[in-house]
Amino acid sequence: MEKIDIVRSRTVVMPGTDTDTDQIVPARFLTTTTRKGLGKALFADWRYEKDGKPKSDFILNTPAAAGCRILVAGHNFGCGSSREHAPWALLDFGIQAVISTGIADIFRSNSLKNGLLPVVVDKATHTWLLANPGVELTIDVASCQLQLPDGKSVPFPLDSFSKYCLLNGVDQLGYLLHQSDAITRFENERAWKP
Amino acid sequence: MSGKSLFQKVWDDHIVVPESDDTPAILYIDLHLTHEVTTPEAFNVLRSRGLSIRRPDLTVATLDHSTPTVPIATLKDLDAVSEPAAAAQIRTMIENCKKNDIRMYGFGSDFRGIVHVIGPELGATQPGKTIVCGDSHTSTHGAFGALGFGIGTTEVGHVLATQCLLQRRPKTLAINIEGTLSRGVTAKDLILAIIGKIGVGGGTGHVIEYRGSTIRSLDMEQRMTICNMSIEAGARAGMIAPDDNTIQYLNGRPLAPKGADWDTAVARWRTLPSDADARFDSEVSIDASQLAPMVTFGTNPGMVVPITDAVPVSDDASFRKALAYMKVTAGKPMLGLPVDVVFVGSCTNSRLSDLYAAASIMRGRKVAKSVRMLVVPGSVQVQRQAEAAGLDKVFKEAGAEWREAGCSMCLGMNGDIALPGQLCVSTSNRNFEGRQGIGARSVLVSPLTAAASAIAGVVADPRPLLQN
Repeated sequence: MEKIDIVRSRTVVMPGTDTDTDQIVPARFLTTTTRKGLGKALFADWRYEKDGKPKSDFILNTPAAAGCRILVAGHNFGCGSSREHAPWALLDFGIQAVISTGIADIFRSNSLKNGLLPVVVDKATHTWLLANPGVELTIDVASCQLQLPDGKSVPFPLDSFSKYCLLNGVDQLGYLLHQSDAITRFENERAWKP
Repeated sequence: MSGKSLFQKVWDDHIVVPESDDTPAILYIDLHLTHEVTTPEAFNVLRSRGLSIRRPDLTVATLDHSTPTVPIATLKDLDAVSEPAAAAQIRTMIENCKKNDIRMYGFGSDFRGIVHVIGPELGATQPGKTIVCGDSHTSTHGAFGALGFGIGTTEVGHVLATQCLLQRRPKTLAINIEGTLSRGVTAKDLILAIIGKIGVGGGTGHVIEYRGSTIRSLDMEQRMTICNMSIEAGARAGMIAPDDNTIQYLNGRPLAPKGADWDTAVARWRTLPSDADARFDSEVSIDASQLAPMVTFGTNPGMVVPITDAVPVSDDASFRKALAYMKVTAGKPMLGLPVDVVFVGSCTNSRLSDLYAAASIMRGRKVAKSVRMLVVPGSVQVQRQAEAAGLDKVFKEAGAEWREAGCSMCLGMNGDIALPGQLCVSTSNRNFEGRQGIGARSVLVSPLTAAASAIAGVVADPRPLLQN
């Protein structure tokens, strides 16, 4: 995984609450056998007309969204299915961070494994961000701070291990494989075998 | 120091390396269930890194999500019926399992079916185990006092290569349920009521334990329905303590322990229920005796009311958007809404008792002419048992389609979809926009309510149709 320490970008805003992963990537796109190229599936049912043409009034299709790498989303973003295709699609589209007051557990875990930053902020900050689309923000992973346009910054939670992996591009599978001896010891010494 | 909860006992029993301030715990996984949709990229990663599967013996595979619900005897049949991408994905799964010595309950197997139906049927799901799958309804297995939770494809790769996951200990939420369920009110209605009460984010960060006399009175299939939808409340997992029901269910199943091993296992299982003085991070109480059959009205499972109630009124923008999508009106009842499709199936409600329930309403009655009804058994075993009991005849004589096992219309990956604008009354677990087909509108209910609605041609209360 690539190292990530700073994400700096204008924001694009999708205020709806409880945006589930079926909206992020509809199930009909899950028959793929690779993670590549899922950007075209992102929010497909909201994004395209029946004939496949992009809807001009869907926020991600508008000029304001071009080049935005930070998505500000309503509470409980990413709920529902565990499909990792959801962060894959967001990343392939160009989104590198999601800011909300609540991010669903499995989506959060999947995002961190792929370098998509889940940034949870307080309600007041969130309300301001929803009302001010297109502002430039800086997400600083090392200090776990979200820098707002007026110079103020607010903290966001990030456990130290996830932070370490993001900053150092640590591959968690490699980390686990490194523990092979401990795993073998557990298998040999456990009280019962499954 | 207080006693331990069921969750804590299972968690502590599987720590390979403990959690620290700087690092998550390494948690050992006893059973890895797999299916065709969330595995391909995981196998790709292992292959590209020259890694083998650490414990193929603890891995089980099936075909369910993309899989057609018509008879498939050969892969040629598959090509005739499936979209090319779905057929390719199924082939990929079959090859990956063959190359890696993973037991695959595929086409022609006596035990093929929806992954969360076959685990328990096989007796692979057992109390005290850690069980994962690249699927959020892995919470189903918590009905057995196992810790079952969904993972993403990257983590599927972690488990394949190391049989372990990096995890931080979640919080615990006790949901205490007392009182007897009224006639016509089922386990599905109970879990819908719970989600309605605590909300779709109410369980986030928590593992739920369902406790109380109501839970004790439920059989295993009913407990699976409850635990299945824990994820819809945002919870990581949902657990029910094992008891005599659990032990009786597992006795003699193909992958359950035998002989002296069985006795040892049962003795260990009996130590798992939460200690009397176990503490939980949060607690909620539910009076089951006050519940009615439930019906969703919106576009997430938390948007749910008793079937005789009106759709609530709210100014919230997301709420109003959901009602607009569903074409339902605040202040008006759900009862009487015209229905286009009825789906009985899914890992929530496709087991034998669910089919018996639907059949009890449909026996001697006909599906309304305006309705297409699909009844999809959860597995080959359920299908055979249902056919031996003549349930398939009840469904077919009523005018419903009786299909092969699979996830089917729960998420419409295999061609079983509702069409744009159609209202689908479904025994599945998600009513998100477009879940069952682009532009399709989903209403989640119990098998009884689904059957009653199929007969009436509109959303209908099952209670008047129940036999005396």
